[in-house]
Amino acid sequence: MQPSRNNKAWLAVAPVVLVVAFSAIVPLMTVVNYSVQDIFDVNTRIFVGLDWYRETLRDPRFLEALLRQLSFSALVLVLEIPLGIWIARAIPRQGRQTTVFLIILAVPLLIPWNVVGVIWQIFARPDIGLLGAAVSALGVSYNYTSSPVDAWVTLLLMDVWHWTSLVALLCFAGLASIPPAYYQAAALDGAKGWRLFRHVELPHLRSVLTIAVLLRAMDSLMIYTEPFVLTGGGPGASTTFLSQYLTTMAVGQFDLGPAAAFSVLYFLLILLLCWIFHASVMRRDA
Amino acid sequence: MSWMAWTWQTAAFFSAIGLALAAMTWAEVRWPTKVRQGFLPMPTTRGDRFFISLLGSAVVHVAWLAATDAPVGWASMLCVGYAGAVMRYG
Repeated sequence: MQPSRNNKAWLAVAPVVLVVAFSAIVPLMTVVNYSVQDIFDVNTRIFVGLDWYRETLRDPRFLEALLRQLSFSALVLVLEIPLGIWIARAIPRQGRQTTVFLIILAVPLLIPWNVVGVIWQIFARPDIGLLGAAVSALGVSYNYTSSPVDAWVTLLLMDVWHWTSLVALLCFAGLASIPPAYYQAAALDGAKGWRLFRHVELPHLRSVLTIAVLLRAMDSLMIYTEPFVLTGGGPGASTTFLSQYLTTMAVGQFDLGPAAAFSVLYFLLILLLCWIFHASVMRRDA
Repeated sequence: MSWMAWTWQTAAFFSAIGLALAAMTWAEVRWPTKVRQGFLPMPTTRGDRFFISLLGSAVVHVAWLAATDAPVGWASMLCVGYAGAVMRYG
């Protein structure tokens, strides 16, 4: 039976459309307007067409920051998604200890991003930090303020510590929703371990994993505060991601036109990657 | 409105997108969309194909600007053909 169509229902979403228009669309249109002009002040602007886009797309520092950003996001997903699934599977489904595990997992998510950066800045210091001092005591040369590799490892560890909980909690919710009958049927068939996960749990986790991957992909692509506090984008520019380079351009140098073009390209990149991911999920479901 | 720093070019651009959205809304009311599978790798509605046309056109323009100094109008003409193909056969 075909569902009935009532176009008057669209009126119900009109307030939301208005709010979105003023909170997102109007600012976005303003950024696009800025991106085609050389802005000196409110009244002094020169139309430059698409020159800022061309300049940004050929800026080696932009391309380097883009490569770093994509690499960071890929590593974050590769590390956090399997780890989150593994943690979720290890949590008991029932009992008092379940609550304890869930509370412990939720703690990193409650800490403000700049505080996370400060915690890890101290934690990873080779002279007084627990992690840094422990690694140094093992005879490993480690200093995230002077070595790009150490800075990347520290950043990734920090992100994994901060956000794997989110993946684990989402996956736990997905696992908890699987009816016991599936496990009973799997037990009768002798399925356990990898086979149980592959054929029973993973299909039921598909929707929450989609959300988890999308959230982590978008968030890691927009990361700013933690690396800014931990490394300041250094050593050199080794941990300068798109957001930090953009902020330097817009706030530090006050280059509003190029920064606006950069913002539009940044937005387009995130939109494109999210759409590709969404399309691949839709294709698989179809 | 001066704080939005309008130019006639950006006003024309957004007006075109606004008119296209209005036309899509009218078409949706007049001829409700049917999900179909064309050359795109998944089933799409008319709105999906419109979004894919816009997003793909933006990507084509960005690639053009990154790769060549030739007038961007050529990229726009390419995109008109691309968008037409997506809307008709996608």
